[in-house]
Amino acid sequence: MAAAACGGSGDTATTTEASAGASSAPAASEVKVGLAYDIGGRGDGSFNDAAAAGLDKAEAELKIQKKELEATAGETDAQKEERLRLLASGGYNPVIAVGFAYSGPVAKIAKEFPDVKFAIVDDDAAKGDNITNLMFAEEQGSFLVGVAAALKSEKGNIGFVGGVDVPLIHKFEAGFAAGAKAVKPDIKIQTKYLTQPPDFSGFGDPAKGKTAAQGMYDAGADVVYQAAGGSGAGVFEAAKAANATAIGVDSDQAALPAYADFKDVIITSMIKKVDVAVFDFLKNYTSGSVTSGPSVYDLKAGGVDYSTTGGKIDDIKSKLDEYKQKIINGEITVPTS
Amino acid sequence: MSGFLDRMLGRVRLGGWLAVAAPVIAVVFAVLITSVVLLAAGKDPVEAFTTLADYGTQPRSMAMILNTGVMYYISALAVAVGFRMNLFNIGVDGQYRLAAVIAAGLGGAAVAPGVLNIILVIVVAVVVGALWAAIAGLLRVYRGVSEVISTIMLNAIATGLGSWLVSEHLGVLTGNDLGTRPIPDDAHMPGIPLIPGTPVLVNGFVVVAVLLGIAYWVVLNRTRFGFELRATGKSETAAVASGVSVKKMIVVTMILSGAVAGLIGMPELLGASYKYSNNFPAGLGFTGIAIALLGRNNPVGMAVGALLWSFLDNSSNQLQLLDISKEIVQIMQGVVVLSVIIAYELVHRYRIVAEQRRVSRELAAPQEAPKAEATA
Repeated sequence: MAAAACGGSGDTATTTEASAGASSAPAASEVKVGLAYDIGGRGDGSFNDAAAAGLDKAEAELKIQKKELEATAGETDAQKEERLRLLASGGYNPVIAVGFAYSGPVAKIAKEFPDVKFAIVDDDAAKGDNITNLMFAEEQGSFLVGVAAALKSEKGNIGFVGGVDVPLIHKFEAGFAAGAKAVKPDIKIQTKYLTQPPDFSGFGDPAKGKTAAQGMYDAGADVVYQAAGGSGAGVFEAAKAANATAIGVDSDQAALPAYADFKDVIITSMIKKVDVAVFDFLKNYTSGSVTSGPSVYDLKAGGVDYSTTGGKIDDIKSKLDEYKQKIINGEITVPTS
Repeated sequence: MSGFLDRMLGRVRLGGWLAVAAPVIAVVFAVLITSVVLLAAGKDPVEAFTTLADYGTQPRSMAMILNTGVMYYISALAVAVGFRMNLFNIGVDGQYRLAAVIAAGLGGAAVAPGVLNIILVIVVAVVVGALWAAIAGLLRVYRGVSEVISTIMLNAIATGLGSWLVSEHLGVLTGNDLGTRPIPDDAHMPGIPLIPGTPVLVNGFVVVAVLLGIAYWVVLNRTRFGFELRATGKSETAAVASGVSVKKMIVVTMILSGAVAGLIGMPELLGASYKYSNNFPAGLGFTGIAIALLGRNNPVGMAVGALLWSFLDNSSNQLQLLDISKEIVQIMQGVVVLSVIIAYELVHRYRIVAEQRRVSRELAAPQEAPKAEATA
């Protein structure tokens, strides 16, 4: 999947019993990966889990060792730094930080440990020779599901539920709105964010998601897109109760066992392949071809996409692919805010 | 006779060896319960506690623990001011966050140079915290609204207001993070190389925290205002009868509690992050409530509680390295608070019963009393 364009210089066989001397391409079996999660950690059914999936795949296929540390709510930057420092000083290399909250801490700790490679997901503000920024064009994927929502809406009324009112989620909203308007310029879009920072409970509170979505369906919406992490389950619940439909996020949620009850109402999902990005980074590391700076996972690179599980958008697939091609060609530039 | 609430909030003192027995029982009890939980989770408690002890005694960790503990301590003091008067200021959380947003916005604008900017930021934070808390005080006095309800609601409003200020007026986008303009270098609170053997500096606000702790003790125990505050807390009717204006006391105490709350975010703002962003620590006000209970509103007790809490929070990474889930830390914190409350209550009851026995013994056999005293 998504074979990283890494020059393919001498495939480092994972079975090589390379002795000592950590060269630029260390033996994979000696690689100890440290991964620091954002709040929510493994098991959030969304963003963190996607990173975990990439790590698990690397563990199985690249035979790396892993260590995962989770964040606690309300912690300071100093505590995040300490987490990264602990991994780096404990011989974990590379170290992956999941989430933009690690921006400052990664920049600082990467300087302290110039020999350790760092990767950060969703942030391009942390810069350094040993920092790889794994960035996603969420607005492009959201544009496509916006198109799908507009085409599938019979009432000309759709909704967007954002988990927390932060710039990152604004990208999802902007892309979604642009996509919907590209199809139906006069479409009505209802928007709601569940919580305001620093209250990040909006990413993990299904009850809040349900109330918000219920309100939208009651007000005439028939398709609601959620970018709300764990709160998304509530949106699906509301969709089912209202006999309407919803759009998932991050993973192909119609295919997730956790959402099996709702697979009928999820017409598509905006997939953000954090797992691919994490796996690619680790693969590049084991082959000694990590590049610093931003790696952008957009539509062109297959880093974001829409899902077709359930076959509910098969009839409009050609239209979606048309828009997809236009974005890839650069004919359409999707706004980010 | 004292009520359970009085005993829980430390308004009744224990004397002699009983004052030592209670915390010791609490710690032993907490360790036991945690060990059971660890065993149930299939982990080795000895290994876990050794790791904790190891972590807690390294210079670097000590500095880290102190730095987080400073914020916890100030938060506990803010809560305790209200507790001593039976005022439950649940709004410390909203008060410090709103204070930090506005102070950060002003500090980032750098209207004053250097040290003046630091002072301005601190003063503004204190005033904002005080005013926000005053709303709840006034509502209680003039409209009879319970401060528990109003402060919880004000927390939600503070969140919305702060978020609006950052996103519409003060915020600058860095990557995916939105925050206020950073406070210029000349207005950073200098750190102190307090702990030898580590390059980690201790936040300069440790001095402020110590001074606040002393001020808390002096004001409560050595001033007329403090006497009135404690008297009102113990019995409102008795306080009224002796000429204390309870209404005034409620408003003033809320203002005082809010003023201290305004300082909670300052160690982070002026000594670490220099801006208020989406990553600014939230929820410190609630940590303060737990620590005030843990420290029984006593300035030294709360300092110990704050350090213990901070130690546990900071050691979560170490435990995770042993594959012990970080939730164990929360379990430990919860168990410690409960243990302290239960242990003190048990010791209090023991004392009451012991006293009753002694009195009844003396009444029954007055001739033996001198002998009993001599052997005691």
